[in-house]
Amino acid sequence: MSIVGAVTEPHAYLRSQTRWRPVELAFWLATLLPYVLFPDYLVLASAIAITALFALSLDLILGYAGIVSLGHAAFFGLGAYTAGLAAKHGWGEPISGLALGGLVAGIVGYGASLIVARFRHLALIMITLGMGLLLEQAANSASWLTGGADGLQGVKMWPIFDVFRFDLYGKTAYGYSLGVLFIVFLVARRLINSPFGLSLRGIRENALRMPALGAPSRAHIRKIYTIAAVIAGFAGALLAQTTETVSLEAFGFQRSADVLVILILGGTGRLYGGLVGAIIFMVARDQFSGNTPQFWYFWIGILLVAVVMFLPNGVLGGLARLGALLRGRAP
Amino acid sequence: MGPVIGVLFDGFAYGMLLFLLSVGLSVTLGMMNFVNLAHCAFAMLGGYVTVTLINTYQWPFLATLPVAFLAAGAASVLFERVLYRRLYGASDLDQVLLTIGLAFVAVAVAAYVYGTVQQPVRVPAYLRGSVTVAGLTLGTYRLFLVTVALAVTLVLVLALEYTRFGAQVRAAVDNQRMARGLGINVGLVFAITFALGSGLAGLGGALAIEIVGLDPSFAFTYLIYVLIVVSVGGLGSIGGSFAAAALIGISDVAGKYYAPQLGAFLIYLVMIVLLMWRPVGLFGRR
Repeated sequence: MSIVGAVTEPHAYLRSQTRWRPVELAFWLATLLPYVLFPDYLVLASAIAITALFALSLDLILGYAGIVSLGHAAFFGLGAYTAGLAAKHGWGEPISGLALGGLVAGIVGYGASLIVARFRHLALIMITLGMGLLLEQAANSASWLTGGADGLQGVKMWPIFDVFRFDLYGKTAYGYSLGVLFIVFLVARRLINSPFGLSLRGIRENALRMPALGAPSRAHIRKIYTIAAVIAGFAGALLAQTTETVSLEAFGFQRSADVLVILILGGTGRLYGGLVGAIIFMVARDQFSGNTPQFWYFWIGILLVAVVMFLPNGVLGGLARLGALLRGRAP
Repeated sequence: MGPVIGVLFDGFAYGMLLFLLSVGLSVTLGMMNFVNLAHCAFAMLGGYVTVTLINTYQWPFLATLPVAFLAAGAASVLFERVLYRRLYGASDLDQVLLTIGLAFVAVAVAAYVYGTVQQPVRVPAYLRGSVTVAGLTLGTYRLFLVTVALAVTLVLVLALEYTRFGAQVRAAVDNQRMARGLGINVGLVFAITFALGSGLAGLGGALAIEIVGLDPSFAFTYLIYVLIVVSVGGLGSIGGSFAAAALIGISDVAGKYYAPQLGAFLIYLVMIVLLMWRPVGLFGRR
């Protein structure tokens, strides 16, 4: 696969990638618009920012390292329950709760990465799926701790920095979620446009050849998987803190499948893919699903089939700017 | 001693159900490496065919079973020819997305046509109740299920071992390129195998209603069990699927009987440990 059209010196290429484009600045400025244009939809906007963060996390392992995971909600749920439990048991400080959620998810993610890095194809899909289900069952069984199927009740958050109180309209929640999303995005952007990020893309294209070039595939996969787990943990913790409740659904297969759909919708292997996908998916679901979620999934299913059949490189991959880049790839 | 054997028997019967549901996926996965997550949607189709024939057209239960088999097989051929075959060389991700998409659509269509409630089915009187064999009380329907599954296994093993078509299937599973080189039409062999496998899933779906019920979530709930059986048993191995299905069925029923608070926890743990120990499954060769 050719990442660049013209042959350039590697570091010059990486530097050219890290430069901020006007459209990116416009995108991030536009994320502030909900405060002005849709003040009634800030709760939804906050949910979108959290989902985008979760999709970004999956993009790092799926889009860049090529690890297909059907159980990524495992880390989302871990972060959500950790932050929720911390707040329930008397520590409602948001920032440290967020860090704790990321830490727990990261520790489990590192443990899981030792397994994940050894497998590809069906065994990998099954192991990620199994880990998600395992944690969901564990959370269900440990109802004395998690509240089981009733969900975790009684999460009380303190104001952020002792100033910004969580309100009913989601003003604080959106600002908080968006701020975390932006910071994590900056880190992810830096990470992807580094030599490490390039070797991840190499692993995606050919996992056997990379070690021959001197890049240890498994060590890289372990690293990125752990990082992605931490980010997913952040996303879960954000959801727990902004909604002040956690349900078993945080661990559910549905969530793992949804985030996959979001990423496909936006385009994998592109930093903005998960973000754009999350906006489209969440707004569409808010508008169309109503009280019949089954039919919503009918259209999601049709969409998935159509994407795979007609747009093998993602929906927004058809955007003109990326068109040339896509044609460079093997069909 | 009685309850232990009772649990073992119920678990074995449940395992045989899982075997019928999963054997087709195992063989097709082994042959084409195609990750078909819509497999249980075909099983669900078989279940709904049986429900419709019994409740709307008053067919006898046994007569609906072959129809469930044929309907699921025919539908699967349609999808295989139109959609699946374009993705045989594609990445895991594309295959997963396509088939999850189909499963979503199947669930939504089933919910639209039949609603989200459990479908009621009355099996005939001679399949209800229980019989006592050597001091043990065994459910008649479960005995029937085990008999069907064993008969299917026997037919499959004999067909695979002693017919020309069976030899072609084995050749294609072992080495697809070589089989092609020897003039075997692997595409055709695969399409037939795919239809047979989905048909068996449809039969399993029809037989499952009495044991586990039928609602639109069937396509995902049992997909997980089927995938566990396939990946534990090893791809492309009928014997492996049989052993894995029996193992999973017995451990699931025993787990729910002796340690209900653990739920399905045990089974997922067993799967992950087994896969870490042998990534190709218990009986897989690759």
